[in-house]
Amino acid sequence: MSIIEVKNLTKKFGDFTAVSEVSFSIEEGEIFGLLGPNGAGKTTIISILSTILKKTSGEVIINGFNLEQESDIRKSIGIVFQDPSLDDELTGRENLEMHGRLYHMNKDMIKSRMDEVLKLVDLEDKAKNQVKTYSGGMKRRLEIARGLMHHPKILFLDEPTLGLDPQTRRSIWDYIKKLNENEKITIILTTHYMEEADALCNRIGIIDHGKIIALDSPEKLKNSLGGDVVMLETEEAEKLKELVKCESIKQSKIVNSCLMITTTNGEKCIPEIIRIANENNIEIKSVNLEKPTLEDVFLHYTGRTIRDQEGSVLDRMRIRMRH
Amino acid sequence: MKIINDIYTIWLREMIRFVRARSRIVSSLAMPVIWLIFIGVGLGSSFSLPGMNYINFLAPGVVGMIILFTSIFSGVSVIWDRQFGFLKEILVAPVSRTSIVLGKTLGGATVALINGFLMIFISMAFGVIAPSIGIITSIIFMILAAMIFVALGIIIASRMKSMEGFQMVMSFLIMPIFFLSGGIFPIQNTPLWMQAISHIDPLTYAVDGLRGTLVGVNVFPLWIDVTALAAIAAVMIMIGSYMFKKSVL
Repeated sequence: MSIIEVKNLTKKFGDFTAVSEVSFSIEEGEIFGLLGPNGAGKTTIISILSTILKKTSGEVIINGFNLEQESDIRKSIGIVFQDPSLDDELTGRENLEMHGRLYHMNKDMIKSRMDEVLKLVDLEDKAKNQVKTYSGGMKRRLEIARGLMHHPKILFLDEPTLGLDPQTRRSIWDYIKKLNENEKITIILTTHYMEEADALCNRIGIIDHGKIIALDSPEKLKNSLGGDVVMLETEEAEKLKELVKCESIKQSKIVNSCLMITTTNGEKCIPEIIRIANENNIEIKSVNLEKPTLEDVFLHYTGRTIRDQEGSVLDRMRIRMRH
Repeated sequence: MKIINDIYTIWLREMIRFVRARSRIVSSLAMPVIWLIFIGVGLGSSFSLPGMNYINFLAPGVVGMIILFTSIFSGVSVIWDRQFGFLKEILVAPVSRTSIVLGKTLGGATVALINGFLMIFISMAFGVIAPSIGIITSIIFMILAAMIFVALGIIIASRMKSMEGFQMVMSFLIMPIFFLSGGIFPIQNTPLWMQAISHIDPLTYAVDGLRGTLVGVNVFPLWIDVTALAAIAAVMIMIGSYMFKKSVL
């Protein structure tokens, strides 16, 4: 059963349509990602789902409640906002305690749950310090812990690693995966980092100009582009091309006297090719496997890149088009 | 009761923040103390009022001043809550907007009351206010005035998105409220137009009530002061809640 059901959700700010006819459903226990550039409408969607922004039209069911049942929805969800939302003057524990009180937990529940969530994000040692002494990553972790305090069924993470350094980002990913497993919680995250969506999400909705333009698992999205490309450098490319007939191969052709094979599964295909080459005494000088990234997927659907990496992605696109 | 719990939680946060920022108590007391000493002694040397020393007249006005300043700052701190994000955390919790405004108002009023008491004690130390039972009854005036001005601060905060415009508010709103309250000069001797403005200044009734309870001199009967303050407080809190709800949605 889906825990979140969104049908034809639309949000207009005056003449500007921020979210247009968006529909998706999220299964219980899943990590679902909304991937798109800044200003695509991700935060607007999250704000509507978390009842802090009114929708213009459409239908939303969260944990069996509709958006008018504000209080029930608010108790079912935890949120980590894009911008920091901790009270710096308060200690970590006090921030969590405030949260527990605001969600009507009793004293004993607050205390025991506080220890649990602090352990989950490894902040037990620092919990008694004022938040203003925390690093960026620690603040984020505390916010995640706080979002979990009241045992929500769904956790919203709006750009959870925005502005964090790569190492901290990776450690936040680990925490997100861990809590998805340990707490059996459904997670919806928004991000404009491809690697993040790829590393964390079971399914991704690619969103641009307020519309969902593609929705599937990262693997399927990437495979939809045609799959992995295996390049084999060999003197006898023609001969090898005739011999190699794996099931997963979609296309094979000769490019610059190299054999280029497009396949749904490059890793499995390569040993097979090598085996065939060996059996027929064909010498392979080099093998190169290129897997499509979500960046390519975004490019494919929008004709634009998500970030300002125009150069390198354009190059990659050119290589693809040349094939 | 959930609503009591919610109001208490918001109030508690204000208290923790107040206790954490102890140094702010010194700075918020500095200005009124300077007024009491320099204006009190300075003006007192040239002007006299029938039946009392000027500095005794001024002391309740200065208590009113610290209530005014502390309360408005508490209300306006919603702007910081918004800027530093904590407001979102409260807004997304299953807590009504009215509870948030009430919690914030009571929190600000408590802080103002503490500052007001400190000011009374300082005045007592200078021998400007004599210890009396009136100090206890003055609480009602301090609390009502504080609630009015925290609500005013919240109203300002719902119209102002950053602290940049605060200087304007200070010059055109807060200082006139203080000057026209009868805190530094008796209003009954001023021209009629000025008296008219003073009569719609909520601080006038607070200062009058404080002066009545702390030094035994008042223009209006105390019940009128209390009634006027209570009525204004009720209206201001309602407007504050309405404006706050409008500004956050």
